[in-house]
Amino acid sequence: MTIFPEVIRVLAFLIGIIMFVALNAAYLVWLERKEAGHIQRRIGPKEVGPFGLLQPLADALKLMTKQLIEPEGVDAVLFKIAPILVMVPAIMCFVTIPFSETLAARNLDVGLLAIFAFASVNVLGILLGAWGSRNKYAIISAARVVSQNVAYEIPMLVVIVTLVMITGSMNLHDIVTQQSGGFWHWNIFRFSASPLMPVSFLIFFVCMLAETNRAPFDMAEAESELIAGAFTEYPGMGFGVFFMGEYANIVVGTSMATVLFLGGWDCPFGLFPGVHWFLIKMYLLIFTVIWIRWTYPRTTFYGLLNLSWKILIPVSFFNLILTSAMLKVF
Amino acid sequence: MSAFAQTQTGETFVLNLGPQHPATHGVLRVKLVMDGEYIVEADPVLGYAHRMHEKMGENRSWHQFLPNTGRMDYLHALAYNQAYVSLVERAAGIEVPERAEYIRVITSELNRISSHLVWFGAFVLDLGGFSPLLYAFDDREVILDLLESVTGSRLTYCYFRFGGVYNDIDKNFVPGTRAFIARMRERMPMYHALVSKNIILMKRLQDVGPVSADMCRKYGATGPVARGSGIDFDVRKHEPYSVYPEFDFDIPVYYECDSMARYMVRMDEIEQSLRIIEQALNKLPEGPVMAPKVPKNIKPPKGDYYHAVEAARGSLGMRAVSDGSATPYRLKLRTPSFSNLMLFGEACRGMLLPDALAFMGSLDLVIPEIDR
Amino acid sequence: MYTYLKDICVGTWSLLVGLAITIKYFFQPVVTVQYPHEVIPMTPRYRGHTELVWDEDKSSHKCILCMSCQRICPSQCISLDGEKREGMKQKALTKYQLNFTTCSLCGLCVEVCPTDALTFSKDFNLAGFKGEEFVFDLVKRLEEKHS
Repeated sequence: MTIFPEVIRVLAFLIGIIMFVALNAAYLVWLERKEAGHIQRRIGPKEVGPFGLLQPLADALKLMTKQLIEPEGVDAVLFKIAPILVMVPAIMCFVTIPFSETLAARNLDVGLLAIFAFASVNVLGILLGAWGSRNKYAIISAARVVSQNVAYEIPMLVVIVTLVMITGSMNLHDIVTQQSGGFWHWNIFRFSASPLMPVSFLIFFVCMLAETNRAPFDMAEAESELIAGAFTEYPGMGFGVFFMGEYANIVVGTSMATVLFLGGWDCPFGLFPGVHWFLIKMYLLIFTVIWIRWTYPRTTFYGLLNLSWKILIPVSFFNLILTSAMLKVF
Repeated sequence: MSAFAQTQTGETFVLNLGPQHPATHGVLRVKLVMDGEYIVEADPVLGYAHRMHEKMGENRSWHQFLPNTGRMDYLHALAYNQAYVSLVERAAGIEVPERAEYIRVITSELNRISSHLVWFGAFVLDLGGFSPLLYAFDDREVILDLLESVTGSRLTYCYFRFGGVYNDIDKNFVPGTRAFIARMRERMPMYHALVSKNIILMKRLQDVGPVSADMCRKYGATGPVARGSGIDFDVRKHEPYSVYPEFDFDIPVYYECDSMARYMVRMDEIEQSLRIIEQALNKLPEGPVMAPKVPKNIKPPKGDYYHAVEAARGSLGMRAVSDGSATPYRLKLRTPSFSNLMLFGEACRGMLLPDALAFMGSLDLVIPEIDR
Repeated sequence: MYTYLKDICVGTWSLLVGLAITIKYFFQPVVTVQYPHEVIPMTPRYRGHTELVWDEDKSSHKCILCMSCQRICPSQCISLDGEKREGMKQKALTKYQLNFTTCSLCGLCVEVCPTDALTFSKDFNLAGFKGEEFVFDLVKRLEEKHS
């Protein structure tokens, strides 16, 4: 009965990952409001529960008690399937992400490829949702999201290709073990492979911000300059699921950045590696993502595309060529 | 970079930037004829905040119109107070004591700084940066507390009277204002580092909304809008009133004609206002704050009078036609935002919608002032 | 090529400076006052609704029913009523009705009163369910305060 422990293990990871993502999605809202508050020299939520910790519960209750209206003339299948298409790939990405030496649901040999394949489905979900809504403005906004995502996926994938060239493997577990032993082994400081590694990390981080539609690249949502964006027609919990999907994507993006560049579960001084270091690094990156949102104004759409096509792509290609040259020579 | 429509595809639709909108600073309706993303025509529709102030001027006595002046442009209410009070003093020939004039200048300049801080916060909020709004409001609270300790109100001031001011400043005002000047001088570099030099904001504002000097003259735009297009005109310097000739301050003028120039004009104006307040505090004389023997039932002699002051938004003019009775025959206000708004209709042809909203933010409109 | 690289470097530096400013404010204490748990006292000149001034010598208000405040109010929200009492030269004030729903707190009534019978109160926490609750009778309020 060797299959039975395997089933238990799969179930345990399934429940664990879904709980992790759900709790994160809920409490990242709390973290964002508190952090935004303190940056703006005020307290965030404080009335509901101690330090406002029950605020996400109150928000969820509010969203759930709203009537789920389906507007007339929407494409029923697309309208209903879109939130699922945004949420599910985010959760599926966690299958291969190693939280620590032993904590990984499945150690796929092509883990990196799988994650970026799943992450691309997110865009499809938004586009289907907007198309199914039959709302002129939602479609315009979704078209912008698609071009933004396509433009920013290219530098991200070029950086990933550079990294795969350096590490020689797409297995995330191997990538992290290569970086063990202290922060000077981490990929972000791997100057032996290429002097522009910190720049690669920066490009990856910026692309991650753009992929998840976070400020300063949030043209799709904060299009409330004029319209409500791609999710205009979604009431209550439908919008709630999109919202949770966005935060789940942020968690996926930051954990990828941790695994690929910051050494995963490795301690900066090589002492007590473990899942706590992974979580610390991931939450520091999430803190930075929120910090960036509340500091900068929004870019224009053309500024956004120019940044990708004129700056990020040339720099990442230059880095790719430089890395391959250095790998050949040294 | 502002993108202009290369060709018109011919299919246009009308979009209503409705009266309820987060970015139009009040109830302004703009009918936009759009071709895809580009604006073909813009037609502002006014009147949603019309409260008939000018008609009220005809029904009330000269004293009774004073509260109305604070409610038209509530962000720089003291400039309206100043314009009305100076107008009637000019008509009736009342002399204002020096201390009252100095207090008027100090409080009016403090109010100008608070108005510019609101503009700054709301403008950057429209562009998507949420935090500078709260930093600006933090500074503004200090001004509001100072003015509250003197006048009793926080926003719609009714402080100036014919012949002086309502009451004298209290003993905490001068040290409080000096502390505020020091604090604001320390904070301005922070605002410049956080917002003005931010590459995202610069890309957002540079070359957006070009308004040439000729266009300003055509529509009668004044204030920071005109000074951002190279027109060197400020009522305080060119048609001086009150005790402004005694102060040494500069008029910031920028020649780039884009939104960034208008932004920089207002940021520099805050610094110049701080200079004026500092000099006024140093020179503040002792004496009465109210002219003696101002009639309670004032009846200015028959005639047509006009007085202009520099409000935060431009040149504000008030015209009174008196027929010798206790109520004005006609009170007319020339508000700066009304003329500045008219630039929007012509300048935003061919602009993208987000650029047009950034342009409107840089014009610093207050709709109740337009509609009166 | 040089301007391209310089633009990138200057731009990135400006972004990092912005981040430094916001994180500095993150670690500083909050500047907000948690109302209603904490209340700041009103300044002495705060303009709440008007109220009659208590005169110690006369043990009542100072109003002489000259009606100047009623005449000068731009919103016509003041109405006074008095009755002739025996043994007194002037009428005595029985009702001073202030319709606070239309009062604009301009201060003209306070200023024009020849006996300084009116002043601003410090009452800011006004809340009610009906509009009629904001039509104040200042004589009654004075009596309640000083009885």
